Formats: sequence, C-alpha cells, structure tokens
Amino acid sequence: MWKEIAVLVRKEITLEWRQKYALNGILLYVVSAVFLTYLSVGAQQGNLNVGTWNALYWIIILFSAVNAVAKSFVQEHQGRQLYYYMIASPEAIIISKIFYNTLLTLMLALLGYLVFGVILGNPVQDQGLFLLNLFLGSVGFSACLTMVSGIASKAGNNATLMAILSFPIIIPILLMSIRISKNALDGLDWSVSVDKLITLLAINAVIAATAYILFPYLWRS
Amino acid sequence: MRANWWKVLSVILLGFTLTVGLLGDVPRLPILNETIRALYFHVTMWFGMILMLVVAVYHSIRYLRSNDLKHDDMAIEFTNSAILFGVLGIVTGMLWAKFTWGDYWSGDPKQNASAIGLLMYFAYLVLRNSLTDVYQRARIGAIYNIFAFAAFIPLIFVLPRLTDSLHPGNGGNPGFNAYDLDSNLRLVFYPAIIGWTLLGAWLSTVRVRLRRIERKLENKLINQT
Repeated sequence: MWKEIAVLVRKEITLEWRQKYALNGILLYVVSAVFLTYLSVGAQQGNLNVGTWNALYWIIILFSAVNAVAKSFVQEHQGRQLYYYMIASPEAIIISKIFYNTLLTLMLALLGYLVFGVILGNPVQDQGLFLLNLFLGSVGFSACLTMVSGIASKAGNNATLMAILSFPIIIPILLMSIRISKNALDGLDWSVSVDKLITLLAINAVIAATAYILFPYLWRS
Repeated sequence: MRANWWKVLSVILLGFTLTVGLLGDVPRLPILNETIRALYFHVTMWFGMILMLVVAVYHSIRYLRSNDLKHDDMAIEFTNSAILFGVLGIVTGMLWAKFTWGDYWSGDPKQNASAIGLLMYFAYLVLRNSLTDVYQRARIGAIYNIFAFAAFIPLIFVLPRLTDSLHPGNGGNPGFNAYDLDSNLRLVFYPAIIGWTLLGAWLSTVRVRLRRIERKLENKLINQT
C-alpha cells in the first residue's frame, strides 16, 4: 500500500514536471493575484490593517488552491484513468492525490507568503505558528478540494460547479485557519491557539476520513 | 389508516402548537417579550431540518451500498424538505432578530453558519441537476450529500461555539433554560419539534410517491414505443 502510494505520488510529480505550463501557470496566478490586490487596495508597505492583510492572503490562497487542484482529475486521459482503475486501489489513489495536492497547495501558500511579504510588508510576529497553520490549512484544503474535484470531474467538470461545491465545504477549514493566522500575526501566546489548532486538526481528519471512505464509490462509477 | 397514525399525530401536535403556542401564557422577559414564542416556530425548524438531514444521509449511505433507486428518492426528498425548513428557519430567525437584536442580519456566527449550510445544500441540488444519467446522479449525489454532511456538522455545532454569539445560550446571553422552561415552554416546545418533523417527513413521503409514479409512467411510455 505505502509503496503503491509512493509510486503514484512520484507519477504525479513527474507528470507535473513534464507539463510545466500548468505548474508555472498556477504560480504566475498567485503572483498576479497578489499584485492585483496590492494595486487595488492602494496600500503602501506596512500601512495595511493586519486583519485585512490576513483576509486578503487567505482569500488569494483559497482561489489559487481551487484552481490548482481543480485539474487533478482531468489532466489525464479517460483511457489512462481506466488503466489506473485496473492496476491501483482507489484508496491508494485518493491518498496519493491528497498528498500531492498538499505539496502543491503548500508551495502556493509559501510563494504567496513570500510575495505578500515583499510587496505588502510582513506583519507576522510568530513565524512558527504561522507556518504550522499554513501546513494544516494546506492539508485541509487539499483533502477537501481533491474530493470535490473528483465529484466535479464526473459532472462535466465545469469551473462553476467546482467553486459552488467546494466553497461552502471549505469554509470551516478556512475560518479556523484565518483565526489561527490572526493569532500568529498578533504574536499571541501559543496557549491561546492550541484549542483552535486541535479543532482545525479534527476538521481536517473528519474531511480526510470521509473522502477516504467515499472515494472508492466515486471511482467505481 | 393504521399505517397513517403518525400523520394524524402530526396534525394534532401542530394544532396544539399553533393554538397554545400563540395563545398560551409565556414568561414576560425584557427585550424578548412576546418574541419568545419564536421558540416554537423558529428553533423547532432547525431541529426538524437536522433530523431530516440525518435521514437523508442514512438513505444516501443505503443507496451506495445497495444501488437501489428507492433510497435515492428518499435521500433527495428528505433533503428538499430539510432545505424548505432551513429557509423557513432563516426567515423566521431574521424576523425575530429584527425585533430583538435590531437588525435582520447581524453577522451572528450561527446566522452565518446556517446560511453557509444552506449554500451547501443548494450546491447539492445544482450538482444533481447537472447530471443526466439517473444512476450516475443518484451515486454522485449520495457521495456529495455524505461529504457535505461531514462538513456541515462542525460548521453548525462546533464553530459557533468558539466565538461569541448573540444567540440565547451563547457568549454570556442566558439560554432559554435559564428562563422558565420548567413546564410552560417545554410543554409546547417538545411537541412542536415532533409535530414539525413529522410534517416534514409527511411532505417528503408524498413527494417520494409522486416521484415513483412519475418514473413508472415514464418507463411505461418508453417501453410502449
């Protein structure tokens, strides 16, 4: 099982590397979105309200993640999907996709953070907590979005469907991440955020477990 | 008639709720005043909605295990009734909020969470309509229904409790338990929950039967030609 997952993850990475335009496209998407925000709010370095910084950052990450993950079930040909269906177990496929998408989302989030920090100033006071939260948020985003993109791909995969299906489901994760991230920005003590971190972890676990259980049914159809 | 005892029970309970709920004595409290009667008509909507969503999820699971369309009928129709109750719950809640909190929408966490919950289920309906094949629709619908429910539970039971809410029972506001609720309110509140939920179930079963008749007629039409 583990070996199967490792092979599948490596396959995803190779595939992504071969079609660099998709990866580059999404990286460029983050940078342009950040720049667009920067120009729209008309803020000079450092005079943006911390709460606004936080909200803008997470909204951009959310949209980039939706766009990045949406293609996870369509970039490959129908025939090749059938081939995977025969040689791999659905559990291995969903775990490998979630794992790979976590890496992708995390990369987007870090890039976004870097660009945000350079252009709009970096008000984060507790880097450790912020990065931990970024990691947990990416796991949650990718678990939720991978499953939803699987569902949307069965329904003709239009972008509207992907958005309306995923936004309401992702809101609990997004809200928790935004709150923890606010604490990190304000440099509050870790004890304030511990229960929120646990809640975020629990929501992630519920979403991931549900995806794990339901995916075989989706894959079969 | 025997099998329909619960429909009679629903009518009796709702008759009781309406008469006693509107005419009976309620505790006089500052700010709440007469709006405390929303307990019978607003709070009960959410109880009914959640119970019906649980039924819908149960049938979605049954569908995935059996591939029998009759479970899908139950799942979609119970979700439909739950959405109806949810919309009524939001509307009654907004009316109540206008008179107690001063605004139709005050950004209260529970208000927001229930609005998002409704978005989730509207998305479920859109998803179903975007699929044309009956079995495909039933299967994907069931999967999304279960998945959405898993996110719905933390959304309305966990998140609002982490922040202050204006709702009675949160953030320093006393809950209804703190007021009387000893006998007067409870006497109507519990029957009202059961009555509304039974009414929702009744609505759903009628629609399920309609759906099955339609399918039968359609099959007949197709097989004829």
